[in-house]
Amino acid sequence: MKFTIQNHKDTRSGFGDGLFELGKENDKVVALCADLTGSMKMDAFAKAFPDRFFQTGIAEANMMGIAAGMTIGGMIPFTGTFANFSTGRVYDQIRQSIAYSEKNVKICASHAGLTLGEDGATHQILEDIGLMRMLPGMTVVVPCDYNQTKAAVKTIAAHNGPVYLRFGRPKVPNFTPVNQTFELGKALVYQEGSDVSILATGHLVWEALQAADLLTQKGISAEVINITTIKPLDETAILKSVSKTKCLITAEEHQLFGGLGETVAGLLAQNTPYPMEMVAVKDQFGQSGTPEQLMKHYQLDAAAIIKAAEKVLSRK
Amino acid sequence: MTDFEHLKRIASQVRRDIVRMVHARQSGHPGGSLGCADLMTLLYFDHLRIKAPAFEMNGTGEDIFFLSNGHISPAFYSVLARKGYFPVSELATFRAIESRLQGHPTTHEGLPGVRMSSGSLGQGLSVAIGAANAKKLNHDKYLVYVLMGDGEQQEGQVWEAAMYAGSRKTDNLIAMIDYNHKQIDGPVDEVMPLGDLKAKYEAFGWKVTDVDGNHMEALSEQLENCRKSAFHGFPQILLMKTEMGQGVDFMMGTHKWHGVAPNDEQLEKALSQLKETLGDY
Repeated sequence: MKFTIQNHKDTRSGFGDGLFELGKENDKVVALCADLTGSMKMDAFAKAFPDRFFQTGIAEANMMGIAAGMTIGGMIPFTGTFANFSTGRVYDQIRQSIAYSEKNVKICASHAGLTLGEDGATHQILEDIGLMRMLPGMTVVVPCDYNQTKAAVKTIAAHNGPVYLRFGRPKVPNFTPVNQTFELGKALVYQEGSDVSILATGHLVWEALQAADLLTQKGISAEVINITTIKPLDETAILKSVSKTKCLITAEEHQLFGGLGETVAGLLAQNTPYPMEMVAVKDQFGQSGTPEQLMKHYQLDAAAIIKAAEKVLSRK
Repeated sequence: MTDFEHLKRIASQVRRDIVRMVHARQSGHPGGSLGCADLMTLLYFDHLRIKAPAFEMNGTGEDIFFLSNGHISPAFYSVLARKGYFPVSELATFRAIESRLQGHPTTHEGLPGVRMSSGSLGQGLSVAIGAANAKKLNHDKYLVYVLMGDGEQQEGQVWEAAMYAGSRKTDNLIAMIDYNHKQIDGPVDEVMPLGDLKAKYEAFGWKVTDVDGNHMEALSEQLENCRKSAFHGFPQILLMKTEMGQGVDFMMGTHKWHGVAPNDEQLEKALSQLKETLGDY
């Protein structure tokens, strides 16, 4: 599959536009926001459906509890705030009032990872995937671009159960199909290859595709798979790919601990292990900078993926 | 016309259930459970407009009750069983392996009557507000009730929720505080004083009423007043002065029975003070 950039858009706008469309289709959909309506791109929903939009102020714990309570009356609540405040700040509320209580809340988190940029490490959560995937019954979704995020919003509304939807701030290449159907738990093979598997998620998917092109020029055939859902993981697709390539790389805008890399390593360790390298943040906090500077500094770009590919091939 | 003598007989049985459940497993929280037995009995056998023994999670067309201070689960389980949500005999499984009656209430095992998990304190008021919001969206004129502990008021989330309900005029919500002035480490005033709780909730826009939480007639009157004042543009809260361990003399007047089970001798002594009215499970 050859992808071309349709435009550059932020994934958070995919969330906002998807939520607005969903609001028109389903009057059980409600949205809650903790003083970040503009940043979350929830303005259109808030303006069109004022009765179904709940501004909680800067009180994320209360927001999660209210969302849990609204499900009892049959609502489908979407909470919106930054990833840091959607997870770490309210972990116990999510654990008890949402996950353990089996409430149908969609926890929608923007500004995940390093690419929120200049705000720095206080806001750059790199642990959220790990936190959320550890909770029993939680689905963890990480779309890669605007179109995919928009599609994912509609899909998670139809899924009965708590979901964590992770997306980001910067404008990035928008390259997946318009009006695609998003399938929970399905990994997408974006490029077939035979030498090495690159499993990427979120913003790193585009970087993986760029890296694969450059690897081709070096005579290396890379298979690129978009892991759109960290939990449940598409184990079949991953095992099928690595049984062919016999080595792999994971790439994510997240800590190595608890993220996609460790998730996949666990899968392989319990099946057939193969040489593996992980492109992730290595037990560090982020810092202020532009998204591009940060992704380069923490080695989360196409160059880092190429380097990891060469290393893992040498271990084959 | 409410038959208070009948309700008091039920409350006596609820208290027996509480001490027997906690004794059987040598685990649980008898103090607060006994202190709230009057309220829980009054709610479930008189005040709440509920479809019991039928139970639906969505609670549409009926009042909804949430227990935020989940550690008083023995009182909750007893009234739910005695009301017919599940067999009274199941009270014998309290806190046992593979029981629906977990140490703290949960929806996870599918126990009828429970709509949220609680135990980690401070979360119930927010959930109740959410359920109240949903009732309004559904044009459902029934009310949402939530019981909290007094020590629980030390949790920050309670005040996030109090601010929200006051400013958003969540007027189909009735909150209650089990104000026994005691928590695990000692008197609330020593552990972390709450200050003027009434003034604090009033400052957040709530209508606050003091009531004796162990006086069923007074409690009933105030709950009725709250119902009449619902949908008038403000949330309401009852500060219920209760006695931890109420009904068992050696458990009263101290925080020491917050989370301690009676031994065989203490059980007999407690049961001798609580009349068996509905038959022990």
